[in-house]
Amino acid sequence: MSFVTRIARHTIPKIARNQCRVFTNGVPRLSKKQIEITFVKHDGTQIKTKGDVGDHFLNVVIKNNINLDGYGACEGTLTCSTCHLIFKQEDYDKLPEEPEGEEVDMLELARDVTDTSRLGCQVCLTESMDGIVVRVPEVVNDLRLPSTS
Amino acid sequence: MKFALPFAKYLSTNPKLNPKICIVGSGPAGFYAAQYMASRLQTAQIDIFERLPVPFGLVRFGVAPDHADLKKCSNGFAKTALLKNVRFAGNVGLGRDVSLKELKEAYNVVLLTYGVDDSLQFDVKGKNLGNVFQAKDFVGWYNGVPWNKELPVDLSGDRATVFGHGNVAIDVARILLSSIDKLKTTDITEHSLALLSKSKIKEVSLIGRRGPLQVSFTTKELRELLNLKDCCNVWQPEYMLTVPEVVPLLVKPRKRLTELMVQKFESRKDPQPDEKQLKMIFLRSPVEFLGDHKVKGVKLVINRLEGDDLLNKKAVSIDIDETVDTSLVVSSIGYKSIKVDNDIPFDGKKNIVRNTHGKVEDGVYVAGWLGRGAAGVLAHTMEHAFGVASIIIKAIETEQLTPKPGFDHVAKILEHKNVQVVTWQDWLKIDEFERGEGQKVNKPREKVVDIEQMLKIAAS
Repeated sequence: MSFVTRIARHTIPKIARNQCRVFTNGVPRLSKKQIEITFVKHDGTQIKTKGDVGDHFLNVVIKNNINLDGYGACEGTLTCSTCHLIFKQEDYDKLPEEPEGEEVDMLELARDVTDTSRLGCQVCLTESMDGIVVRVPEVVNDLRLPSTS
Repeated sequence: MKFALPFAKYLSTNPKLNPKICIVGSGPAGFYAAQYMASRLQTAQIDIFERLPVPFGLVRFGVAPDHADLKKCSNGFAKTALLKNVRFAGNVGLGRDVSLKELKEAYNVVLLTYGVDDSLQFDVKGKNLGNVFQAKDFVGWYNGVPWNKELPVDLSGDRATVFGHGNVAIDVARILLSSIDKLKTTDITEHSLALLSKSKIKEVSLIGRRGPLQVSFTTKELRELLNLKDCCNVWQPEYMLTVPEVVPLLVKPRKRLTELMVQKFESRKDPQPDEKQLKMIFLRSPVEFLGDHKVKGVKLVINRLEGDDLLNKKAVSIDIDETVDTSLVVSSIGYKSIKVDNDIPFDGKKNIVRNTHGKVEDGVYVAGWLGRGAAGVLAHTMEHAFGVASIIIKAIETEQLTPKPGFDHVAKILEHKNVQVVTWQDWLKIDEFERGEGQKVNKPREKVVDIEQMLKIAAS
């Protein structure tokens, strides 16, 4: 990450929750553009779906009625960590801002958190994300039952 | 009979295809387990029993009134309750209206998720003095637990002492230090709001037996407390000055939590005359609550830490004591579960139902705080409930099940005992009533705190 982007990330004020800043070329868009997203569940199941640019990932899950157990319990209010997503490093590096404040507070409580983890309610779709693949980590506590696992 | 075929599996008497499952307790563990099983075992019937006429357990009775966002998880629970193969049966208590033996007769699977119902307590002189409370009762008082509404809380003194360095202690301290304008728009109970609006509490001491590196707070909750409006944080430099040098050795989430304390300590200011005060007190344990009828002070003993593990040291008294004035004591040193039925194998030391990876015995399981102890946030309970639910599903798929009568069997027992079962539709009436009453006073809801009244509305 360059010094300039680092500064930019820390000086741009955190935007209002559930609202996303979308980087455009300045020309107002008339219709909502859709991009393709693939959610990969812990067992390898892939769920390919479409989402509106500007929506956050949690909204994509809700709007498309995607069945991810317990996903988004607090409905995007930054009070839980259940919308945890893991990005590929190259996708993570392109996200417009790093997680901060309450998002980090919550991420730290998430299971199997990684350096490229984010909360789905805080990351919005941009046009450049078309075709993005994100991992949805396991939310089932491994109870280590010897006979079944 | 042309169209009967697709439904044949629903009518099958093979219990493998339509197992009867009951869940005891409608808090997060119960509802998350129900959600997980209902979506995977679509031909199973899942009945959720709740001892109160109202659902959601600690989401309703534990989550602080000013944390409305977290309560949104109950919207998801409501969706689960409305599924075709899920039934809510409120006002039915295990060990009170129905026994574990009867539930085992009625169901292939009994999942216990009735949570916590007691507190760990300081066994010290003066523990029964007036205005000395367990956090569970104090929280129940402001959150509308029916049996806590008459708690004789007195907020006419200016100093309060909260024992414990966990999130419940933070909730209690925050409620005592928050402005009434902030609280009055929450779903806090009317009776507690009335008393809090006349509160004279100016200073809250948050006392833990160990040091800054052993606190059990989560970062978000501590940040919220330390950033309270018109409230000054007071620290003990003798314990905080050495903390910064340890920070580099820590890992997440302890690292950020500790950094937050260091940052708040280093930017501390002297209290202004009109400011409330939050005192962060470390390495103290109470040895006596002082006073004649009501508590007037606490005798504390100073501790030092022993042990090699930086984050898990033991507090040992160094036989020096000090006395502080206080007019209110709330102890928040841990919740514990209780054994509600004689047939439940209970571990009296850990205060949980004995279990191996969620399994208690054939056909009986436990999830949530009742099975793993009272610790962790909502997401942890969710993961545990999903984990136990997945084990139940595996058992159902692999074990030989006998046909069970399910709810009909329990309904007969309840009818015989004249128990009014509160259905989900009945609860929705109570819900609507509470929202309506809340609207009149600009609150999201005014909780009904009387069981008789709940039952009356349910039956209306």
